[in-house]
Amino acid sequence: MDFNHSDERRMLQETLHRYLSDNYGVEQRAASVAHSQGYSEKVWGDFAELGVIGALFEEADGGFGGSGFDIAVVFEELGRFACVEPLMASGVMAGRLLSALGSDEQKALIGDVIAGQLKVVPALEEPQSRYDLDAVETTAEQVDGGYRLNGTKSVVMGGPSADKLIVSARCADGLMLFVLDANANGVERYSYPNLDGYHASDVALVNVEVRSTAVLGASEAVLPALEAARAAGVTALCAEAVGAMEAAKDLTAEYLRVRTQFGRALGKFQALQHRMSTVLIEIEQARSALINVAGHLSAEPFLRDKHVSAAKNLIGRVAQLVCEESIQLHGGIGMTEEYALGHHAKRLMMIDHQLGDVDYHLERFVGVMQSEAAQERA
Amino acid sequence: MDLNYSADELAFRDEVRSFLDKNLSSALSEKVRLGKRLSKADLEEWHATLNRRGWLAVNWPVEHGGTGWNAVYRHIFEEELCLAHAPRTIPFGLSMLAPVLLKFGSKAQQDHFLPRILDGTDWWCQGYSEPQAGSDLASLKTRAVRDGDQYVVNGQKTWTTLGQHADWIFCLVRTDPAAKAQEGISFLLIDMKTPGVTVRPITLIDGGQEVNEVFFEDVRVPVGNLVGEENKGWTYAKYLLTHERTNIAGVGFSTAALAHLKDICGKQTSGGKSLLANPYFAGRVAQIEIDLMAMATTNLRMIAKAAAGQAPGAESSMLKIKGTEIRQAINDLTRRAVGRYAMPFVSEALDSGANAQGVGPEYAAAASPSYFNNRKLSIFGGSNEIQRNIISKAILGL
Ligand SMILES: Cc1cc2nc3c(=O)[nH]c(=O)nc-3n(C[C@H](O)[C@H](O)[C@H](O)COP(=O)(O)OP(=O)(O)OC[C@H]3O[C@@H](n4cnc5c(N)ncnc54)[C@H](O)[C@@H]3O)c2cc1C
Repeated sequence: MDFNHSDERRMLQETLHRYLSDNYGVEQRAASVAHSQGYSEKVWGDFAELGVIGALFEEADGGFGGSGFDIAVVFEELGRFACVEPLMASGVMAGRLLSALGSDEQKALIGDVIAGQLKVVPALEEPQSRYDLDAVETTAEQVDGGYRLNGTKSVVMGGPSADKLIVSARCADGLMLFVLDANANGVERYSYPNLDGYHASDVALVNVEVRSTAVLGASEAVLPALEAARAAGVTALCAEAVGAMEAAKDLTAEYLRVRTQFGRALGKFQALQHRMSTVLIEIEQARSALINVAGHLSAEPFLRDKHVSAAKNLIGRVAQLVCEESIQLHGGIGMTEEYALGHHAKRLMMIDHQLGDVDYHLERFVGVMQSEAAQERA
Repeated sequence: MDLNYSADELAFRDEVRSFLDKNLSSALSEKVRLGKRLSKADLEEWHATLNRRGWLAVNWPVEHGGTGWNAVYRHIFEEELCLAHAPRTIPFGLSMLAPVLLKFGSKAQQDHFLPRILDGTDWWCQGYSEPQAGSDLASLKTRAVRDGDQYVVNGQKTWTTLGQHADWIFCLVRTDPAAKAQEGISFLLIDMKTPGVTVRPITLIDGGQEVNEVFFEDVRVPVGNLVGEENKGWTYAKYLLTHERTNIAGVGFSTAALAHLKDICGKQTSGGKSLLANPYFAGRVAQIEIDLMAMATTNLRMIAKAAAGQAPGAESSMLKIKGTEIRQAINDLTRRAVGRYAMPFVSEALDSGANAQGVGPEYAAAASPSYFNNRKLSIFGGSNEIQRNIISKAILGL
């Protein structure tokens, strides 16, 4: 048993930490948030150069990482600095789908992604689908030499800066995925910022014609690949949340040390000490849940998804606690946009709305529990 | 024990309902229901509507243009307004300053200021908190130094709600720095147009601008604007705080917000079914409704006491805590209910009268901003921690 990261991973984490400390202060973050596509070309190029994008991919794909713990160290740092660059959208889920399902030509895109020259973004969810990846109403109709796509994809994270989209659609044979140009004829993006500073798009697909070579994977392989990609995505989100929690906790503990009311530091009030102790205990729980999911990312799907739902549920609950307690213990100052706490607090709550919220994953975990019980009876 | 309203009270409720039917425009109530930001004009329009009917100053005596209603009538009125999604009235002049002027102000101050609150000539804001004086309000430092028939004011207030719209600010200022903290404070009325007053807006995490910093630099205030006696301001402020605590439970707000939440649940689907058919989510909503039903009765118990002439004591702290917890929980569920559409934030789409295109269903736009905005409920008006301190001391004797 060893709960320490390998030397390479520690170096990656330190490199990224130093880079973000030096280059991703309040002003850079504000610039990315204000950018019409929600990212910084400079930072993106630096991520590629530092190997941050490559760390998310396996060697077979041209990367030098790709395990759950590689994803975890990268995203924990991004969370700590409230980074809004669309790395999760572009680097994690789309990368996994291309790697698992892609033709040689499609897999070749990964090299450009790692080099920071291309952003491929999954556009899976729809207005009515809530958090289900298979509740797809977008249609793919077979036409001469290819398919015609119609439908709407909603709140596509990283949509504004995407060069290519991976779109799910339903055709006569079942669920299918397509890789298409984000600027193809008939693809209409309505882009906007999210409350936490990330940017997203609603994407309308109106008679979008794609060739057969755009199909990503065989239909029966789609859902398992989506689940595997989601597992990687959830790992990234959980790590980002843990980083944001640590940052919020540090800011709050420091504030309690320096803010005085009634002639003493707020941190001397026992009522508040106990609240902070609870926050600390719960963050340790969150970190363990993150280790569980990262450590099972390559496990067989049943076990993997058990940890996915456990982690996303637990971390969603702790994220809310940390968000609400850090705002409350700050008082008015915690509610101001100017102060960094708010950035972490908002991100912590919005993470619950990506790839399934606390209830969604509780329900899935109950499903796991029930089938385990049924197996035991059998 | 009788849990029902009297016939008179029921008749009054019907009267309020038919008034709202005729006088609350659906354009305005829709903005409130959907959590949009109200403009100053929206708020002025609503104050004027209530004032025309004589129902603006619900807690003033009749001779000053108030309704003279007892606590039960006020409760019925406030609840009906909430249920109809009427804008809330702005409390600073109506229910914070006016009671102090009525009790401690001079006749000249009453005659000058009260009518101007009613007809909307003057907008007031509350200048209590300072950067270093939040929960520990008595440590405030803004100085007022007597110079002939004027005070010269220097210092800073903060978190001043709607200060950007205000014509006047009522302030707590330090007039005797040598006295014990609570004893050197005075209650001063300051015209915001006086040279030396600067207002700087503060943007909150929901993107809204409802609070401000207010700076005073050699601001000259006529001594006639002192309320009551010099150095007695703390007594007046405490008196005012008991008025701030009426309707503190916000039962009406919660009831209206819960109805809105259920409406959203009916429109949102999960696995192809209404969200209320999802036992996980339905259970959460049910839990809140159960809490709210009990709190509504706790609230009525306090109101009945108040109507019988007993002053609300430390019990109002209980209502403040429970009431704000329930409101925040409903905001939390509303955010959850809209699913991924809790994320998009087109700030302009929340502005009153804006044409900016939102994202997703209209009811989703304010869900997350409201959740974050209402974190304030447990911070201001005496934070929930301070309320627990009061309960521990005053009720439990610890
Ligand atoms: C949106 C908003 C609007 C406001 N509007 C106005 C306004 O119009 N006019 C005005 O004058 N003020 C206004 N306020 C200010 C409000 O009254 C203060 O925020 C409040 O008094 C708390 O003070 P603080 O923010 O300085 O927090 P602090 O007092 O610094 O408190 C920070 C944390 O410590 C806790 N704490 C403090 N003391 C103790 C203790 N003894 N024991 C245990 N816990 C303690 C608090 O509960 C809080 O959780 C507003 C605030 C907000 C957020």
